[in-house]
Amino acid sequence: MTSLPASTTKKLGLVIDLDTCVGCQACATSCKEWNTQGVSAPLSDDKPRSAEPMGTWLNRIHGYEVREEGRDDARIVHFPRSCLHCETPACVTVCPTGASYKRAEDGIVLVNPETCIGCKLCSWACPYGAREYDYPTGVMKKCTLCVDRIYNENFEPDDRVPACVKACPTGARSFGDLGDANSAVSQLVKERGGYDLLPEMGYKPTNKYLPPRARRDHVTFAEPLPKSDGSAMDRLFAWADKLMTTAKASAKANEADNADKLEG
Amino acid sequence: MNPAYSVILFTTASGAGYGLLALLGLVGLQHGPASSLAFGASAMAKALILITIGLLSSTFHLGHPERAWRAFSQWRSSWLSREGIAAVLTYPVALAFGLVWTGLVDAPQWIAPLGIATAIMCAITVFCTGMIYASLVTIPQWHHRLTVPVYLAFALATGVAVLTAIATFFDRFQVFQVILAVLLLFLVMVLKFFYWRSIDAAPARFTTGDATGLGKDVRQWELPHTNVNYIQKEMGYVVARRHADKLRRLVLLMLVAAIAAAVLSYLITPWFSLVLAAASIVAAVVERWLFFAEAKHVVNLYYGSTAT
Repeated sequence: MTSLPASTTKKLGLVIDLDTCVGCQACATSCKEWNTQGVSAPLSDDKPRSAEPMGTWLNRIHGYEVREEGRDDARIVHFPRSCLHCETPACVTVCPTGASYKRAEDGIVLVNPETCIGCKLCSWACPYGAREYDYPTGVMKKCTLCVDRIYNENFEPDDRVPACVKACPTGARSFGDLGDANSAVSQLVKERGGYDLLPEMGYKPTNKYLPPRARRDHVTFAEPLPKSDGSAMDRLFAWADKLMTTAKASAKANEADNADKLEG
Repeated sequence: MNPAYSVILFTTASGAGYGLLALLGLVGLQHGPASSLAFGASAMAKALILITIGLLSSTFHLGHPERAWRAFSQWRSSWLSREGIAAVLTYPVALAFGLVWTGLVDAPQWIAPLGIATAIMCAITVFCTGMIYASLVTIPQWHHRLTVPVYLAFALATGVAVLTAIATFFDRFQVFQVILAVLLLFLVMVLKFFYWRSIDAAPARFTTGDATGLGKDVRQWELPHTNVNYIQKEMGYVVARRHADKLRRLVLLMLVAAIAAAVLSYLITPWFSLVLAAASIVAAVVERWLFFAEAKHVVNLYYGSTAT
């Protein structure tokens, strides 16, 4: 049934730390690896080894250049994007077949691949681009929060988390019940000022994003060198420095030359 | 949004079909039995064929057309489901009307009630089609108060244009058809004019900074993938502004040509109604293409579009 549950017992979701994410793509790769053989199988690829590879992925890692007001240097923020398992997702209510549904017990939004007709309307209804159509199988695919891992009793308790969370080398992804104010993820959100993406859309995302921490520029600059006193030793160093600078410059020119050749 | 030809054919062909069918229902309500079996049967058949071509083509873009029957189950929440149900329910009502209206079944007392029922079912179906698009908050150009009125007006305008052409073949050309055509085509022009003016004037609601929550000055630095993905193929289609302007002028030109042909069909020869029908349909197809191509989905903010 594509009508939404009035409330869900749990609100399982992810908290993504934009401060510690390094954009390594481990979560995306691990997601693809797990889900192309789990309940979402297959996550199809089209010409994966060609110049124009295309395929279904449930997790995409963007990179943005962020410039703060009053500064001219930018910083890079890596930005993982996947289903936010919203509380009021229109992707579910627009589904004409009931293939899309939100689970009353834990709030996970899923697609039944047996009843999906592949009309793509749910992907139009999602502001976050979370749903990707799998062309060869003709059905819509999306993040399942790894339902086939998190409740899997054959796994060690430590492994009962989504594949992306398990794979993240910097601990930038946390999994838990965001409906429970005392859970570790809820505490993390409270502590770090976690926020919703596009709250104006009214979809009430469950997943939260933690903003990058304030910059600490003062430690990144080296002390300025002392001024020359004009001694013979200083002049010797200045001469050596000039010599090496020229050598460095010509080495750099060589490098650029080689890069051109490689590209060609 | 990617202007998929199957969806353009679906909305324009079924729109014209429902418009024509609704008018036949109203003609039945007003004038009783069809003036001849041949005219009545031909007009009914053309309406139902247009509708059926449209509905069939809408299943072409499905990943699993064989499961399309499942789409009748979620009428509580889904406009697409409601549209499917309304479309299917219209068939028996329209067939019953056609049988009594053409005189194949002798029950003239049923012509008026079945005629109005047919017209209402057509209106409900086209209304649902429009609502599929108008209900999507992710696409500001669709989530617009004129989306549904344009769908309804275009359906009726193309319907009356086709009706006039059919009537000409059966020597049943009448002035009221011309008046109705001119009024409806003019209504479409006015609605489209205000729609385009409104979407051009609407300020962008969100920036990439809003979408990511990262502040005012946020630019795309690195894409998550080297080639386009489904999201970009489906939602990333952007028509160049100068092409859009050209096509908007073509729509208006075709509407003016249709109005002129309607007037000429009264003044010179009813055969101008063929030009009226052709120009109306071209206007509808180009307008529907633009409706998709000019729609900007919010998700593009994550993919380098700076404001939507």
